[in-house]
Amino acid sequence: MEQLKKASAGKQGDKIRSDCYFEMELKASGGIDLEIKSKVETMYGDSIRKLILDMCEYFEIKDARILLEDSGALPFVLAARFELAVKRLFPENKKQYLLPMNKRNLYSTAKDRLRRSRLYLPGNEPKFFPNAGLHEPDGVILDLEDSVAPVEKEAAQLLVRNALRTVDFYGAERMVRINQLPLGKRDLEFIVPQNVNLILIPKCESAEQVYDVENEVLRLKKEYNITNEIYYMPIIESALGVMRAYEIASASENVCSLAIGLEDYTADLGTQRTDEGKESFFARSMLVNAAKASGIQAIDTVFSDVSDMEGLRKSVLEAKALGFEGKGCIHPRQIKVINEAFAPNEAEIEKAKKIVLAFEEAERNGIGVVSLGSKMIDAPVVKRARNTIHLALLNKLIPEDWRMS
Amino acid sequence: MKLLKNAAGRLVPDEINGEKQIPFQGVNNYKPAGCKAKPQVKSCIDYPEDGNKLVGSLKEALINSGIKDGMTISTHHHLRNGDVLTNMLFDIIHDIGLKDIRWFPSASFPCHEHLIPYLEDGTISHIEGSMNGPLGRFTTQGKMKGVGVLRSHGGRYQAIQDGEVHIDIAVIAAPTSDPFGNSNGVNGKSASGLIGFALGDSEYADHVIVVTDNLVPFPCVPWQIQGNNVDYVVEIDSLGDASKIVSGTTEVTKSPDRLLIAEYVAQFIEEAGIMKDGFSFQAGAGGTNLAFVLYLKERMKAKGVKARFVRGGSTKYLVQLLEEGLTDYILDGQTFDLEGVRSMRENPNHVNTSPFTSYNFHGKGNFASIIDTAVLGATEVDVNFNANVVTHSDGYLLHGIGGWQNCLYSKCTILAIPSFRDRIPVILDEVTTLCGPGELIDVIITERGIAINPKRQDLLKAVEGSSLPVKPIEKIRDEVFEICGGAPAKPKINKDKVVAVVKWVDGTVLDSVFQVTE
Repeated sequence: MEQLKKASAGKQGDKIRSDCYFEMELKASGGIDLEIKSKVETMYGDSIRKLILDMCEYFEIKDARILLEDSGALPFVLAARFELAVKRLFPENKKQYLLPMNKRNLYSTAKDRLRRSRLYLPGNEPKFFPNAGLHEPDGVILDLEDSVAPVEKEAAQLLVRNALRTVDFYGAERMVRINQLPLGKRDLEFIVPQNVNLILIPKCESAEQVYDVENEVLRLKKEYNITNEIYYMPIIESALGVMRAYEIASASENVCSLAIGLEDYTADLGTQRTDEGKESFFARSMLVNAAKASGIQAIDTVFSDVSDMEGLRKSVLEAKALGFEGKGCIHPRQIKVINEAFAPNEAEIEKAKKIVLAFEEAERNGIGVVSLGSKMIDAPVVKRARNTIHLALLNKLIPEDWRMS
Repeated sequence: MKLLKNAAGRLVPDEINGEKQIPFQGVNNYKPAGCKAKPQVKSCIDYPEDGNKLVGSLKEALINSGIKDGMTISTHHHLRNGDVLTNMLFDIIHDIGLKDIRWFPSASFPCHEHLIPYLEDGTISHIEGSMNGPLGRFTTQGKMKGVGVLRSHGGRYQAIQDGEVHIDIAVIAAPTSDPFGNSNGVNGKSASGLIGFALGDSEYADHVIVVTDNLVPFPCVPWQIQGNNVDYVVEIDSLGDASKIVSGTTEVTKSPDRLLIAEYVAQFIEEAGIMKDGFSFQAGAGGTNLAFVLYLKERMKAKGVKARFVRGGSTKYLVQLLEEGLTDYILDGQTFDLEGVRSMRENPNHVNTSPFTSYNFHGKGNFASIIDTAVLGATEVDVNFNANVVTHSDGYLLHGIGGWQNCLYSKCTILAIPSFRDRIPVILDEVTTLCGPGELIDVIITERGIAINPKRQDLLKAVEGSSLPVKPIEKIRDEVFEICGGAPAKPKINKDKVVAVVKWVDGTVLDSVFQVTE
């Protein structure tokens, strides 16, 4: 096949912000002819130039005309866009240009950590990445699937990879939604070596799909000598997936939660989503049941009206009543409402306080059997009570020294 | 022109446009003495007995006013980006063939790009007022003949009173006027709320021309400009584009990051103990600013707190505060939307003010310093809390000062700003242009954290133990530099060519803007 001589990548136009566009044309000789049109030329022109020339050297590009139109893209965006232009010129080149890993990103998460709110970030919209963690979601989802147009899939892979290395998400669980299998397996190479905490497996319909992802993850972990735990959150989005929810939930020790996606599910049923949600009651209950039976979390679908905060609050309370422990967010303003609505109410807190105090008292006294009034308290009850206290503390509903008050 | 280092450590010229200057000497360290400028004595017998000062055209009024080369002509920005009159005025001046006019606007807008050919051909020698957008670029490239002078709204009034700027002819766009010249901005198809920025001009200029597109029979009530100060009245078809007369920044931001900043501002005002019965605050236009008013309103309602007065920049959000009984008064400096215009027309507690009452350094007291808190923006802030509002980090003039410098006198001045814009850090080691000395800036609120000026130990103590993300300003700076890929380089400038100066509210020179070399 004849090699391409010219390629482009990125976004251009008057309305583009915090992004850039590259055009690269190979030449026979004459070195690198670099033209930069940047709104931050004065401030960062030299470092932009250096980054591009470094990358040219890395990818062994010696003679080319390169045009950059930059509307204030951060370095991780510039590098991803440029790398894509290179890959489009040299599809066989498998080298990856990796920016230094931000040390603050080297944290791990736990299987049972809170996953009340997780914020979707379209994988090809990098301007949303740097501030996402400031809104304090429990997790951020760098999305490679539905929010990315098919022609932008490669662009998103590189951006998400660079974001996982460089962007500080301020302690939010670093999640990536890969594409539907088998396409999604190709995404793993870009995220597994970058300390991703959790992988969302969309449109999951069988345990085999979880194994498929897990086997590839394990292969990559070995290849890249990765030691951090990576958890899975399969998303159930079809009638078949609902029927197989339990086998999916229990497919791997690292499946930490099951999520439901109702847009695709109702389409699969051939019905419409309604406010009452009768059409999805079975699926949601089934999913909660399967998750609990497997000892993992049940996560509800997103609430799509970003301006209706009261509707969102009601939706969370309803989900909570069904047994869900988290909900997806498509806008940062939803995070606070979701976190607050998942918070325990006064009666729940009071009951949890009594249980925890009774348990601690029993522990101090070396008593094996814990009781509260006439009721025996077993381990799961204590665990749930502690979780309630944890949520109450997070939501500042009780003081840190609640035992004293 | 010699450059001297002023009390803020900035290099400023000792003379501008042939006039001797006083370098900035520190906040409140310079007190001009002597008497204020004197307007010409006029006699009513020289004006029509029937009170009809109408003339056939603006050109006729200008010629009757004795317009000639080198004069100072003032205009005002009530019509904002919908202003047609100023462009029409300079078309006439150009047609007459005049040169070297000093244009003294209260502010300019992008619509005034129309005037660039007149700056190029020498019709206008220079601008003393804000230099926005294309005019800012033109000026910073060193293409303007004279040196631009940037002043705050209060500083403009002070310059008129000092006689530093003697206005030969003031041309006042009046949305409603009678033939005697009594005028207001609350009625008519070009209603913009108030026309207080023209007050000083009407009192001190040698000649005052009122131009209106809504002529009403005597008396025009209310009269924000008094006909007794007016020489000529001109009726034209239209003062401007009504759709652009109201500000473009009167909708609450949808940006989650700006909303987070606004929430922090409201929380800070409550937790620092500022929000209490009878308190006062300043709010302007701009998405973040409007959002903070909404959040503060929720907190005021929850705590049952009522403000004595709010200063605007009025918008529908301040009007709601007034109409819901959460403030006794709006003291309005300019009106940003039609709800503000309506409220001012209908509600006696929505009070029309001018730079004289609010911001004037030569006033016997200062409204600005009575205000409990002012929430403002900035293009840049440095680690010493100095701030910039006129230039971009690339050195180019972006916009004017407005009432910003004057508002710094509030008891707690808060700058609500994003920590970076695209790839442009907002907190720097040193601001590109100094517009506000750090000693007057108390709190910087960004989406990445809140920095309190170490001079304000009382505020630091007040919010101790709160959930607010208070941190040293250097920490926010470092975080943003890391995101943006290091500290930004400074603009490349020609230090031999001052293109404009920024004046402090007392008339001294605070900083210079230099020609940017590309």
